[in-house]
Parts: sequence; structure tokens; C-alpha cells
Amino acid sequence: MTRVALKGLLGRKLRAFLTGLAIVLGVAMISGTYVLTDTIKSAFGTVFTTVYAKTDAVISGKNALGNSNNNNGLPPSFPASLLPKVEKLPAVAAASGGISDLAHLVGRDGKVISGHGAPGLAFSVHPHGDQRFNPLTLTAGTWPVGPHQLDIDANTASKNHYAVGDTIGVIARGPVQQYTIAGIVKIGGVSSLGGATMAIFDFPTAQKIFHKEGLLDGIDVAAKPGIKPAELVKEIKPLLPPTAQVRTAKAEAEQATKDTNGFLSIFNDFLLAFAGVALFVGVFVIANTLSITVTQRTRELATLRTLGAYKRQVQASVLMEAGVIGALASVSGLFIGLGLAKGLNALFVHLGIDLPQAGTVFATRTIVVSLAVGIIVTLLSALWPAFRATRVPPVSAVREGAVLQPLLSGQAVTSVALATIAGAVALMLVGLFVNALSTTQRLLAVGVGAAAIFLGVALLAKILVPPLAGVLGWPATKIGGAAGALARGNAMRNPSRTAAAAAALMIGLALVTLVSVLASGLKTTFEGAVNKVFTADYALTATDNFSPFTATPATALKKVPGVAVVSGVRAGEGKAFGSRIGVTGVSGDIDKVVTVNWQAGSQATPGQLGANGAFTSKDYAKKHHLSLGSPIAVETPTGKTMHLVIKGIFAPPKGGSPYGDVTISTQRFDREYQNPQDIYAFVDIAGGVTAANTAKLTNALKPFPDAKIATESQFKKNQEQGINTLLNLLFILLSLSIIISLFGIVNTLVLTVYERTREIGMLRAVGMTRRQVRSMIRHESIVTALIGAALGIPVGIVLAVMVGRAIKYPAFTVPWVTILVFVIAAIVAGLVAAILPARRAGRLNVLEALQYE
Amino acid sequence: MAATEEQPAARTTGDAVVAHDLTRRYGEGETAVDALRGVSLSVRSGELVAVMGPSGSGKSTLMHSLAGLDKPTSGTVEIAGTEITGLSDAMLTRLRREHIGFVFQFFNLLPMLTAEENVVLPLSIAGEKPDTTWLDELLGRTGIAKRRTHRPSELSGGEQQRVAISRALVTKPTILFADEPTGNLDSKTGGEILDLIRSSVDAYGQTIVMVTHEARAAVIADRILFIADGLIVKELAQASTEDVLTVMSSLTS
Repeated sequence: MTRVALKGLLGRKLRAFLTGLAIVLGVAMISGTYVLTDTIKSAFGTVFTTVYAKTDAVISGKNALGNSNNNNGLPPSFPASLLPKVEKLPAVAAASGGISDLAHLVGRDGKVISGHGAPGLAFSVHPHGDQRFNPLTLTAGTWPVGPHQLDIDANTASKNHYAVGDTIGVIARGPVQQYTIAGIVKIGGVSSLGGATMAIFDFPTAQKIFHKEGLLDGIDVAAKPGIKPAELVKEIKPLLPPTAQVRTAKAEAEQATKDTNGFLSIFNDFLLAFAGVALFVGVFVIANTLSITVTQRTRELATLRTLGAYKRQVQASVLMEAGVIGALASVSGLFIGLGLAKGLNALFVHLGIDLPQAGTVFATRTIVVSLAVGIIVTLLSALWPAFRATRVPPVSAVREGAVLQPLLSGQAVTSVALATIAGAVALMLVGLFVNALSTTQRLLAVGVGAAAIFLGVALLAKILVPPLAGVLGWPATKIGGAAGALARGNAMRNPSRTAAAAAALMIGLALVTLVSVLASGLKTTFEGAVNKVFTADYALTATDNFSPFTATPATALKKVPGVAVVSGVRAGEGKAFGSRIGVTGVSGDIDKVVTVNWQAGSQATPGQLGANGAFTSKDYAKKHHLSLGSPIAVETPTGKTMHLVIKGIFAPPKGGSPYGDVTISTQRFDREYQNPQDIYAFVDIAGGVTAANTAKLTNALKPFPDAKIATESQFKKNQEQGINTLLNLLFILLSLSIIISLFGIVNTLVLTVYERTREIGMLRAVGMTRRQVRSMIRHESIVTALIGAALGIPVGIVLAVMVGRAIKYPAFTVPWVTILVFVIAAIVAGLVAAILPARRAGRLNVLEALQYE
Repeated sequence: MAATEEQPAARTTGDAVVAHDLTRRYGEGETAVDALRGVSLSVRSGELVAVMGPSGSGKSTLMHSLAGLDKPTSGTVEIAGTEITGLSDAMLTRLRREHIGFVFQFFNLLPMLTAEENVVLPLSIAGEKPDTTWLDELLGRTGIAKRRTHRPSELSGGEQQRVAISRALVTKPTILFADEPTGNLDSKTGGEILDLIRSSVDAYGQTIVMVTHEARAAVIADRILFIADGLIVKELAQASTEDVLTVMSSLTS
């Protein structure tokens, strides 16, 4: 029997290949994800260990609010007076203080050299001091000395063709300044940290540039021989000011690794979720293919039964066939994933995001998980077809046209399907709306619920196919004539087969519809919010649209003739009522450029905040029972507490608030935050938006390449870029599952053509042309794809409504244009899927086809 | 494995198949069709019995019922002394393994297996190893010794049926059912296949029930049962083609 199964598989190579493809793609994604994230993790681990190779303890700034995950989250600096105290400790052999901050390099074109999302890092070195703590190594030139020199990282130098002796711009706290490149460096033995650019200055210059005279961001300490790092840490601890902390170098490296790993784990899980979707779609494709195969092998299976095969042997042979397909596909997927990871890495490098170079990590876990998931998913998909195979009666060996009896009546199928859908919706509602559950439990409930909805709809599809095909196939009868009419009939004639092929496509389409509807709602409400809030002429933002930037460009714009108001919104973090909040700072003239509805207070409130006044949003006030005159204590990253009084409560528009949870005056903000930065600023200028004004403002921003101005519509577009990028990423990831479902359609059609060989021969014999045969197959494919769309798009919209309700989504808009695009895409997909089967059908030799049995 | 001469005694004496008052009704109510309306018969060991009848006479239904492929509506069937109509699927499967062989009109060979693999398939399914002496002897007699490694698609129709007959004989079944074994072959090849069937009875004492509608096939039988409208209407022993044709024309007229 084993031989029968294996040889049978060999005899159906194309079919096996098409069946396994879904697993290959899904598993490739799993293995690729693991290899990629493992490789990055290991590389960063190596870098961090190398950086602290000769250090025993590290003193660093301490964010009183805990570890920050915010862009603006550099920990506060601490007084430089700590260094001599540490040096005097008996356990200390050497100690070295340094500055680390953020600064962008500016290229010859006057634009920021992009790290593609990676930050611009800045460090200090002691060119004449002890280099044992220095994590950098020179690849050319010397360490920078004096106020006019810097070193840059090797990656930036080679990408942008900079060499020692060249001049390069740096933008830190003020306008661009030019420096001479004294040297090129590597860090921790690698030329780039994920594409981050690096600017290295000597210590006094760094202090001056970042306005950190008398301050330090870190001290590296080496212990005297025989002193354990833990003992060293213990000795240092009592000396520390509240804004500093000390860790052993090992712990520091581990912490740094953990921070990157935390992010990578999310990235990892995110990609794995899409691999899961792809495999779920694969289940439908494989189950359908194997099921059709079982039907076509009825005579063969029945013959085996007459020769003495037990039911379980027949079942085992189908499962074995699936197991072998699953194993081969998983192994292929595993290695394709390895290639995929390398390809992705190459893509990142091409985009300028160089990940630290290190050997590819191909962990045992990757192999085990990839193979196990691939094989188990294939076997699960084969369970139903294998069960059906046992229903083949031995008498089918002699009886022409014996059909497998369906196990359930149409009515029973409908009941089961509706019950499944009801259960699934209930499960999803529990996951979405029961707050008592943990996040994992809720995600699980929503995920399983969604999967069950798809299963239920797929079951129901069997019942829905005939009417749907009737309606959706109508154009085919008009366009394709006789071929179209036959195609419509063919799509209806084996409803469960068409349903399964369409259901696979349904899943992908439902998910893209879901994200499109949510994204569309987000964009519409965001635009609505901007329309209400944005009463200025221009907005000033960072070049990348989201980073906070120093107040200096705003100051520069104030000097432009005709400018009436430039008012920025400072942004930082704080802690109130035990949790982290966004704190913003505004000045009195913000009322001229930003309009919000006031529930208490008025447009004049921002000008009346003074030193202790604050205003808050309606929701935050409600949550913490705040009203006019309520006191509120907000802790800052340096550990100080601001005691504020509520002077206004505003109602932010749906879709986005211009302010954080708590807003104070700019004046107070600048006193409390070490490096005050604006998230955006708004400009009013005489004459409003004109080309001349735009030119004037742009010109004034020349020394500040990290900032740009935008009109209201540009501002909207810029801010939506993030949503669009995310949407495109989701589309790309979901397209994998759509591709798999297309292979499902291809597979179904190829098998159908094979099964209908004699019939097609007959049609050809009575005068159907090759072209008509191909057209017939194409139309059937399109009808199947359209059924997928007709099922998937409504399911996607329903899911979006449910999810939207759960996350208190501000608005629900159906992007009709996008959905129309999906429908057209489904038609195109149907056409593409039909290419191979239509060619096969068209090529059939009439005579041979008629004699085929 | 027993050699040719050592056929078990049970095979030469007593009955391989006994059917008693078989009826088979398809469908219900007014559309019901009675394919068998009370058929009784017995087949002695070592006997070749042909079942003849026009289309729709019930001859296929009779064979399916005798072979346990179909459950009769009433009546009993005994194969090798076992009453089979009440057996579970698993027990029927075991019975097939041990006592029943099939030869089909369309050969029903597995296309991915070689001729030899097809022949030994019933043994493989049962997890047994073929007796090579017996296999060589069998393949020699059925005339496919030189075609062992060919696949069905590389064989002629006659050769395919020879493979199928070898497959049915390899387990030395108590009873072999042949369903229109020459129905898909030209008359020359068909004749050779009939010779082979006859010789397997003569050489091995194989018990065979053959369903056919061809007179020239029926005449090789020791006994011919004529069936019409679900009843055995006539029985001939060692008949000539003319006798058979006469009976047949009386049945169809």
C-alpha cells in the first residue's frame, strides 16, 4: 500500500506540486521570518557584547518614567561631577565619561542623509585619552579634535562617497554646521547599526553642540583587578544622582539586546501571523485538491478495496500521500525561506538599512517549527479527503459513474454552516468586547473566531454557489456566448468544489477588505480632524513627517517678513495617575493657528496657562474625574513632579487630537524638559498660502534640512503616508495568501479539465473551436473568482465593523473605489489562474479525448 | 504456499458459493426496480460457471451480490462456508483477501505500478510476500513473464487482462469472479483470454463465476446459467454456441 501511495504520487507530479505550493509558500515565510530575526538578533547581540568588551560597569542616564519606547525618549543626562567621584572609588581602575545624542548628517545637496527610519546617532570620544572604553575603531584618519572636526561611520562614508578631509553638515540643536571629516569609524566591529548614521565629536565639542556643558550621558568604568563587576556596581550605586543608573557591562549589553529583541519579537510575530493566514488558506486549497483527487480515483480506490484493502488502509494511503507532499513541500519551504531571508536582507541593504553583518542564523527551532507546521497542516487538510476515500464502496470498481454520496444533506450543511458562523461571531464578540480577558486570550478568541467565520462561510458557500454563479455568470453568457453559458453551468455543477476554490480566495479578499475599510476610516476621520483643527496657513514638521525637532527652525521662520504667528507644539512624556502620558506644551498664540472645541475654558485658555496651568482632553478628564480647578501631578523624565491645575478641557475632534493628554505652557515645558522639541508648529503669514510665501518660508528653512513646511492638504497627505505605507505592507503580506488561493483555482481547473476530457472531446467533436474551449475555462475561472469576491468582500466589511466597534473606531467608511479595484483584481486573477488549464483544455486531441475513460 | 498439485481438498469437493433465494430491489415505492427476484444457485469447487443474460437482466447485480460487493434485499450468500450478507465491512474485506478474486471488464490495473507489482498487489495489501516459484509459474502460464516490468500503459489490452487474471489468481482464491472479461477486447484477443480462463480451471482447479453476454465466452463454462428479469430461467451444461444463441434469442424475443 505504501508503494501504491508513493507511486501514485510520482504519477501525479504536477498535481502534487500544485498541492504542495501552498505549504511551500507558507513554510518559506515561517522559516524566512525566523532566519531573518534570529540573524539580526544575533548580530546585535555580538555588537553589544563587543561594545562593552573592556568595560565592567556602565553608568547611564535614567528615565524616571521607565524605559522609553518613544522617539523623543533619550534618557536625561546627569551632572558631570559624578565622574571624579567615581574615579576616586577604591575599586575603580579607570572611568571615562561621554555624551550620546541624536544628530543628522547633512549631505552635499543640503538634505539630511537618511537612515531610512534609523536614527542619526552622535557620540563623543576622548581623542587623547584612554581608548580602552571606546567602542569605535578607526578604519581611516584620526579621532576628531576641536570644534571643527568629526568622524563618521564607514557605511555612510562609503554610501555617500565621503573621505577623510571632506566637509559634511551636521544638524543638532541649531542650524546646519559644517565639519571636516577627520576619520571614518566602525562600531562594535560593524560598519552600520541598521542604517543609523553616526557623527562623532571630541568630548568638549559634543557637550557644546548638544548644550550639555557640565553634563554626561554615560560613564564607562573598569574595575581594578580582582574586583567583580557586581561589587563595582554596589560601590557606585550610593554616589548616583536620581537621573543616573548603573549596571554591569554584561547587564547593560543584555538590556540593549533585550530592547532590540523586544521589537524584533513583535516583528517576528507579525510576520508569522501572515504566514499563518497563508497556511490557513493553504488548508482549503489542499483539502479541495485532495478531495477532487479522491473523487477521480474512485475506481482505483474501489479496486484496492476489492483486492482486500481495509478502509483504514485506503485512508492511510491518502494520508501518506499528503504526508509526503507536506514533508517535501516543508523542506523546500524551509530552504526557500533561508533564501527569502537573505533576499530581504539584500533588499534592506539596497534601501540603505544595513543590518549588522554576521553569519546567517539557521536555528534548530526554525527547522523543527517549519517542518512540523508544514507537515501537520498538510495532514490536517488531508483528514477530510482521507475520510471521504473510506466512503468509496468496493462496488465502484465495476459500476460506471458511481458517485460518492454526500455525507450531509443540503439542509444539514446549511444548519452546520450557520451554527459555525453564529459560534464564530459569538467567540469574536467575546474576544473583542470582554475586557476581563488578557490580550493573548482576546487575540486568540478573535483569531479563532475569524478562522471559524471563514470555515462557516466556506461551508455555506456550497449552498450559495448555484445562485451566485447564476448571477455572477450572467455576464459570461452575454460575453462568451455558448462557451460562457457552459462555463456558468460548469461552475454550478459541482458546488462544493467551486465553493472550496472560491472560499480560499475569499479569505485573502476578506482580509484586504478589512484593512482597507479600517484604513479608510482612519484617513477620513484624520482628514476631518485636520479640517477642523488646522486654521493656520502652513505647518512646520520634521522632514520625515513624524520626528520631533528643535524649536530653532520655528524661531527662524518668525524673522520672515509677513509672518504673523509661528506657534509650535512641544511634545514629551510624563507620568500621571500611575501611567505614562503624552505631555504637550503650547504658547498663547497657538489659538490663532489651531482650533479645538472647548468643553470648559476657551480658545484663550492656552494663553492663560501661566506656570502651573494645564488643559486636558475630555476623555482624559472624564477618566480621572478632572474638572476646572482640579489639581494634577505630572512626573517628568528627570524624576521631578509638576503640580498643575486644570484650566481648560477641550473636546478633540474624532480622528486625532493636536495635543497630548495634558498640555502646559511652552515656558513651563522648556524649564522641565532637557531638550524641548516640537512635534509640529503652525505658521500664519500675510497673504496666506501663495507661491511667493511658500518660497520665502522654504528659503528660511535652508539651514534646517530636518524641517519642512506644508500646506494644509500637504500636511494631511504627509501624515497619511504612514497609514499608506502600513496599508501597502499589509497588502503585500496578504497577497501571499491570495496567490495561494489562485493556485487553488488553477489546481481545481486543471483537475476539472482532466476529469472532463471526454466531455471536452465531445464538445470539440460537435464543433466547438479551441478558442471557445479556452474561453469556456476562462469564464469558469472568472466566475469562481467572482464568487470568492462576492463572499470575501462582505465578510471583510462585517469583520471591519466588528473590529471597529471593539477598538472604538472613530468612523466607518467603505472605500468603494478600492473595493471596485478588488473586484477587478479578482477578475484578472481568474483570468491568470485560467491560463494553464485553458491551454491544456485547448490542446486536447479530439479523437483521443473521446476514447478517454 | 501450496503448489499446484496440492489444492486443498475442500476445493474439489463441496460448494464454493451457495446463494439462497436472493432478491435485490433498487429504489422505493412506484419507481422501485426488482433486479433480482429470488435466485438460488450453488457453484461447486473447481467449476467454471457462466452467467448469461441480456442487458438489464440482473446478471451484474447477481454477481455483485455473490461477491459481497452489494447487499441483497433478502436471501443469503455463503462463500467458503461463511454467510456473508451480514458481515461488517472489515470482515468482508478479510473474506475478499482470503477467498475472492476479481477480473474486471476494464482491467482496473493501477497505472503507476508495473505488471508484476499489479499482480502481487493483493499480497502486498495483505502484507504478505509472494512465493516466487508460484509467481514464476503463474506468470509463465498467463504469458506475461516477459512483461513484468512494463506499466499498464505499455501493454496491449489482452496483456493487461492477462495481468489482471494473474492478479486474481495469485492468492489462489476460493472463488474468482470475472465480470465481462472479454467485453473490452477484440475477438482474437478475447479468445486467448477465454483459453487462459479455461486453463486456470483445468490446471489449478480454480472455481470461477463469469458474467458475460457473449455466447463464445459462455461456451467455455462447465455450466451456463441464463438469467432474465431477475430470475434464473435456464441452465445448460457444456453447451455449444448454437445452443447458447438459441436460448439467448428466446430470452430477448
